[in-house]
Amino acid sequence: MAVVDFSGKITLGEGSATLRKLVRELVENGRRKILLNLADVDYIDSSGIGELVGAYTTVRSASGELKLVHLTKRVRDIIQITRLFTVFDVQPDEASAVRSFQ
Amino acid sequence: MAPANQRLEVTLETQLESVDRAENIVMHVAEAAGFGEDDVHKLGMSVREAVINAYNYGNAQDPQKKIHLVVEFEPERMIVHIVDEGHGFELSDVPDPLAEENLLRTSGRGIFLMRAFMDELAVRRGPGGGADLVMTKKLPHRVGDNGQR
Repeated sequence: MAVVDFSGKITLGEGSATLRKLVRELVENGRRKILLNLADVDYIDSSGIGELVGAYTTVRSASGELKLVHLTKRVRDIIQITRLFTVFDVQPDEASAVRSFQ
Repeated sequence: MAPANQRLEVTLETQLESVDRAENIVMHVAEAAGFGEDDVHKLGMSVREAVINAYNYGNAQDPQKKIHLVVEFEPERMIVHIVDEGHGFELSDVPDPLAEENLLRTSGRGIFLMRAFMDELAVRRGPGGGADLVMTKKLPHRVGDNGQR
């Protein structure tokens, strides 16, 4: 399992391109179980949400799994109101994530 | 509390930096108007999304075009306009990002977030024919003002 610790903002022009690049590189290097730790992400906008979805579909189309852990309240709220809780597998902690990856 | 009928107008370039700039301006104004941290964040983010919309779609990233930010106060509410110089659009034409078939789209959530975070959202035709995105949020009542302003 690859754990990616992301921090700061995931917004247009800031963290979103970095996230896309990181996840794509992991997939290209053969990683198929990716856990995004968003504990230090205090802000995400619609572009950032789009990048999370893009990362998710990139991993899925390589037959992998992308999961999220440690969401801050703001990120959790946005994922909730955009109904993406039905898409993303949000894990309570790393240990649970390890167990949940097949 | 911001006095009634106060108005602020800023002309922004069609560039990525305008997104942060507009967000910061509105957050400062909202803070000065007495909004709490959560509402200041919601107002800032709604303006951010509106300016991204104007930058990407309205003005199609054309540096010759401008984005106009207007903040107005009425006795009970703060009104923010983001006006672009594009061709305008109808809210009813914006796909629902919560629909099953749109959940995995990587864009198209901006308008939805503005609606979720503001009390009212409308799209009018701006003076130059572009979109005038009008967002409204009720002003907070201060403790001890008994609803009087």
